[in-house]
Amino acid sequence: MIVPFRHVFLLSGLLFVLGMFCTLTRRNLVMILLGVEIMLNAASVAFVGSALRWQQMEGQALVLFILAIAATEVSVGLALIVAIYRRTGSIDPDVQWTQLEEGSD
Amino acid sequence: MTLYSILFYLIAALILCATTAAVTRRNMVYAVIYLVLSFFGTAMLFYLLGAPFLAALEIIIYAGAIMVLFLFIIMMIHMEEKPGTFFPSRQLLPALALSGLYLAAFVALVSTDKGGWRPLAAAQALPKEFGIYLYNNHWLSIEIASTLLLVALIAALILGQKIRRRTGAAGKEAP
Repeated sequence: MIVPFRHVFLLSGLLFVLGMFCTLTRRNLVMILLGVEIMLNAASVAFVGSALRWQQMEGQALVLFILAIAATEVSVGLALIVAIYRRTGSIDPDVQWTQLEEGSD
Repeated sequence: MTLYSILFYLIAALILCATTAAVTRRNMVYAVIYLVLSFFGTAMLFYLLGAPFLAALEIIIYAGAIMVLFLFIIMMIHMEEKPGTFFPSRQLLPALALSGLYLAAFVALVSTDKGGWRPLAAAQALPKEFGIYLYNNHWLSIEIASTLLLVALIAALILGQKIRRRTGAAGKEAP
């Protein structure tokens, strides 16, 4: 016997809130992407807990796809961040991209 | 309180502390390393909840591959830290309000679930059973996921290549 399912779900909810907080507050594109990773991880915790509660492997199969999505998202997102950094010299999401481009042109 | 439940609460506290530390770090390298700790905790949690194969994948992919990619990019970008901009209040207050609202709604939703108090029975999905299940029921999704990974690889290559061509052209024009 492990713990009630409620506690597993609550843990995943707390993790999700932490990831959302990170995404909303940090002024840094890398940290925003990191917050999205935390949220995806929280979702996989919820899926594994549900798989154990209902004794089905469907939840674990979905976690595998979450892993694939996370890897895809990180590779494309980081490539975009590097492209933005080389173009504008900053990874602050508040920077006015259009002004910078006009200034460089 | 069995050994399993003590282990669960210990691992949950470890994950929450590590993630909180990661979210509030000013230095991004420390944030990533705390997050690696959090993913190790998640892998232990997966093992405890009966998914040993996913625990291995969590360590290999999340803690191993994704976080190392983050570290590479952080060391490549090498941004200077601006002192006054950490958690600006016009972003912090809406974020706090949204997080509090979300948590309240979540707790209310979870507490309406009547069956949630029953302790979970320990069970394990062995890697072989998991693989057989996966390829019997989700083979098309696996093909789509692998195609998605290929698309992401090509997209990352193209995003990097465009920049290189532009800088190369700029270098040619300069002399």
